[in-house]
Amino acid sequence: MSAVTQAGIGRDLAGVAGLRIVPKRFYGRWVAAALILLALAWVVKAFAQGQIAWPVVAQFFTAPAILGGLVNTVIMTVCAMALGIVLGVVFAIMYMSPNPVLRGSALFYIWFFRGTPLLLQLLLWFNLALVFPTIGIPGVMEWRTIDIIGPFMATLLGLGMNQGAYTAEVVRSGILSVDVGQTEAAKSIGMTRLTTLRRIVLPQAMRVIIPPVGNEVISMVKLTSIASVIQYSEILRNAQTVYYANARVIELLIVSAGWYLIVVTLLQIGQYFLERFFSKGRGERRAKPQIAEETGA
Amino acid sequence: MINASDKDIVVAANVTKQFGSLKALNDVSLAIPFGAVQCIIGPSGSGKSTLLRCINQLEKIDGGAIWVDGELIGYRRVGDELHELSDAEIARQRLTTGMVFQRFNLFNHMTVLQNIIEGPLTVMKRPRREIVAEGMALLERVGLAEKRDSYPIELSGGQQQRIAIARALAMKPKLMLFDEPTSALDPELVGEVLAVMRDLAASGMTMIVVTHELGFAREVASDVVFMDKGEIVERGAPDAVLVAPQHARTRDFIAAVLK
Repeated sequence: MSAVTQAGIGRDLAGVAGLRIVPKRFYGRWVAAALILLALAWVVKAFAQGQIAWPVVAQFFTAPAILGGLVNTVIMTVCAMALGIVLGVVFAIMYMSPNPVLRGSALFYIWFFRGTPLLLQLLLWFNLALVFPTIGIPGVMEWRTIDIIGPFMATLLGLGMNQGAYTAEVVRSGILSVDVGQTEAAKSIGMTRLTTLRRIVLPQAMRVIIPPVGNEVISMVKLTSIASVIQYSEILRNAQTVYYANARVIELLIVSAGWYLIVVTLLQIGQYFLERFFSKGRGERRAKPQIAEETGA
Repeated sequence: MINASDKDIVVAANVTKQFGSLKALNDVSLAIPFGAVQCIIGPSGSGKSTLLRCINQLEKIDGGAIWVDGELIGYRRVGDELHELSDAEIARQRLTTGMVFQRFNLFNHMTVLQNIIEGPLTVMKRPRREIVAEGMALLERVGLAEKRDSYPIELSGGQQQRIAIARALAMKPKLMLFDEPTSALDPELVGEVLAVMRDLAASGMTMIVVTHELGFAREVASDVVFMDKGEIVERGAPDAVLVAPQHARTRDFIAAVLK
């Protein structure tokens, strides 16, 4: 019986082998693609015919006020993110400390800065002078708060400390993702806790930390725009200042949107390379580092 | 108390270790002389790995004391008090011992050679040129020189474990601890790791080996300890403990392993 069936299959195979193959057709996909192209054409047409003065967009795209705002946006993103990452690492390590005071203060920090709106925090920092007219060490050195906490400082502290609270959780999850055996192996070759963290745990935690932090850098670029309410002259605030004067509202908003997209695109490219770097020893990666074999004589 | 002398590299006196309500080590005393190949066998949960981890201070003991290479570990004696050592002092004490883990624990983000020179480089702060040459010599010794630029993930379990042994040796320890070094390996890879360990024993290295490989224990060990339920049940020459055990528990265990 089975011999007969096998013979039948064999006969079919011989007949089928030389035939032409016609690929399956996906009619649904063709329809969907056509609909999307149609919608796209409609949007393009609407913008082309709409009340937008494109020459104005082009003119203001590289205007000094806009470029100055762009520089301030980038500076604030870099500074606030740097502060956020440093605070995030410090508070993540404090959170994981056996010392209840360290752990408690980390918990409080994360609870407070994640639990209140960012805009409120910015306003608090900006109005700090109302509570503390002077800051410093009493009797040693003191400054007037109003001289120190201007729009830049208030924005930096607001964005950076808020970011730190989120980054602390990201860093903590990254550290927890590294197998405890890695720590034990590091200890067994005589590493101290801090060296273990720096050389063994954090480099491996980076693989888990980078994608969410990259995500947060991108949202930071855009979050800086809320600093316009406390007079930090970033790109959106400068665009507003310009359109209050010339009434070209949409044109200047398009200019701002264009610059945000450019910055975010560059950051995404950077993130791709960073992720590749930290995925060492995880399958996909760049060329292997070579250790020079300097054997002396 | 136990009899200990200057010839002992490890002296454990009345050591207890508790995990919650479980007594992992119950009043364990053991002296191991320099040059010994001490095998520790026993069922899982018998405390044999815990004892090894206590010797390397990966676990903190709850009672008793351990000396390694003549030095009390974990504490400094000040008058009639014991002061806990700092993180850095414990790290220094660990330099006497090298440890090989069941699950290899190679640093995944480093190549084979980077793994081996990491300790000499960052802990001993020795010049790179010297330690690269030494690292390569160690790789030759475990037969994996051509894998120097591979990442751990690209290697078989047996190869990873041989690298882990080389990494421990790079710190020039006086004592090597092996925590079930072949238990996570596919059966056909066990032999290559045992061969490296056999070679190491022949070179005169003092070793404490927690293992289920009774054949290896019988062939290489200078002394065998059988542990059960956190206690040392029986101790003696390999032929005595493995072939003609005195205790019923030892007999049952050996029969179960050989079955």
